Amino acid sequence: MTSAPAAQRQEQRLPQTRGSRKSRKAAWFFVAPAFAFYAAFVLVPLAMSFYYSFLRWDGIGQARFHGITNYVTVLTDPKLLQIIGNAFQLVGYFTVIPVVLGLAVASVIRGHMAGPFGTATRTILFLPQVIPLVAAGIAWSWMFANTGVVNQGLRAIGLSDWARGWLGDFVWALPAVGIIGAWVLLGLCTILLVTGITKIDPSLYEAARLDGARPWHEFIYITLPGLRQEIAVCVTLTVISALASFDIVYIATQGGPGITTMVPGLEIYRLAFAHRQVGLASALAIVLMILVLISIAPIQWFAREKK
Amino acid sequence: MTLPRPNTLVARGLIILLMILTLLPFLSMLSAALAPQGTYPNGLQWPADPQWGNFVRAFEVAKMDQLLLSSFLIVLGVVPISVLLATMAGYGLAKLTTNKYKWLYLIFVFGLTLPFEAVITPLYYEVRAMGLLNTRFAIILPLIGLYMPFGVYWMRAHFLNVPHDLTEAAQLDGASRWKEFWHVQVPLARPAIMSLTILLFLWTWNQFLLPVVLVQDPMQRTMAGALGAFQGQWGTDIPLLCAGALLILTPTILIFLMFQRQFVAALMQGAVKG
Repeated sequence: MTSAPAAQRQEQRLPQTRGSRKSRKAAWFFVAPAFAFYAAFVLVPLAMSFYYSFLRWDGIGQARFHGITNYVTVLTDPKLLQIIGNAFQLVGYFTVIPVVLGLAVASVIRGHMAGPFGTATRTILFLPQVIPLVAAGIAWSWMFANTGVVNQGLRAIGLSDWARGWLGDFVWALPAVGIIGAWVLLGLCTILLVTGITKIDPSLYEAARLDGARPWHEFIYITLPGLRQEIAVCVTLTVISALASFDIVYIATQGGPGITTMVPGLEIYRLAFAHRQVGLASALAIVLMILVLISIAPIQWFAREKK
Repeated sequence: MTLPRPNTLVARGLIILLMILTLLPFLSMLSAALAPQGTYPNGLQWPADPQWGNFVRAFEVAKMDQLLLSSFLIVLGVVPISVLLATMAGYGLAKLTTNKYKWLYLIFVFGLTLPFEAVITPLYYEVRAMGLLNTRFAIILPLIGLYMPFGVYWMRAHFLNVPHDLTEAAQLDGASRWKEFWHVQVPLARPAIMSLTILLFLWTWNQFLLPVVLVQDPMQRTMAGALGAFQGQWGTDIPLLCAGALLILTPTILIFLMFQRQFVAALMQGAVKG
């Protein structure tokens, strides 16, 4: 080990020699355990999902090769298409509400949230990130119940006609689920954006003001470009949690009424374990994974550009 | 630096509104939890005769002590190993490999956006084949694997920022790679490791899909999984359900309040990097 310190120093300086056999062995020693767990519980199951997706299998008996029939079903069956569509509608709530509100707060406050007020704000706004989504689902099921706070508020301002069991309503259940997700993600996005905006050089705003720019122009030309990264982060996180949602829907509506709030995540679970259509469930799982990747890719590209 | 502008008032108003919106569901649960047992409480109102006993009953019904123990055991099984493996792999990928092995890192990163639902069905059969269904290991082992993409990504990013000189100095002393890793790199990586630990703790404690699919017995589940079962069983008894849900939340919220600063920092960095 000590015989060739100079050579080892070389090794550090010249990256190409880092691939020497000895250091390759060391690298494997460090990486292999993590890779083994990753392979055993992610890569292998993923490959099996892919394999199952071409089968017709009830999970118990003989599996039969089924070609791409499962994929055709996922992409043509009106119910499954509606379920996938629901996930994208949820993106509207999970993503748009937190990002728009967060931007509004950030551009109005535009400064450090220092002191006790800042700490209190951060603590409270982060609470929904800390609790399990299941708890958010339970809390909001009660908020949206017939005698819950939402209806109480509506009655208090004279809109009794609007009061209803929100989560059991064919029209309003999906927006209600969307509101739950927005509530969970709102604080995180707000804090990220508020923190991000403090990194924008204040002289930009001063210059703009001297040039007689309207606040709206400041927002379009300084705030938005300056927050590009943070916005991309918020959008990425919220889109993933909308498309891959499971916990909230499982607790709040079980996908009902009808299939108005059913999402792919819950449908995979239902198909595989209640309906014993393992092949179809796996095809939907693969499609969901690809949909997430496709939706995230442009956001990442958008964030990286001009950087 | 910032001069007080009229905007500041608007901003404070907005933020206070957001805080009220955030707290409202908790307050509504609390008011329901204090309503008389078996009744159907009405919206947000302080009950005439608050039934604090509901919490005691929920504690007994939900077997909170056992739940806490179960969640704790799962966290103990998942987090230290995950952090160790991720730190090792992050170090290995950042310091010991060349660009030729970038693909290995990319395979890990590929898992970052993977929805757990995409692998849950085969995981069920895999865990069953291992004979681990309905045990805590059914949650522990897969979670370690599922956390590797984020963990490795996180730790590699840290180690990339460590200057090479440190590595050199340690090697001139004749330290073996492992010693260098353990005595030089790991202590320096403390902040990154700390954040990762907090994030993995939260994600494990709140994990719902795996316990629902892989473990029937609520007593072997995580807190979130147990809460799901509790809702299934007591969903119609709103006061009891709300009391139980609040109880199950309490440990996380207490820990969060104690380590507020670290949690917020970890969640923010986690979001930005993830």
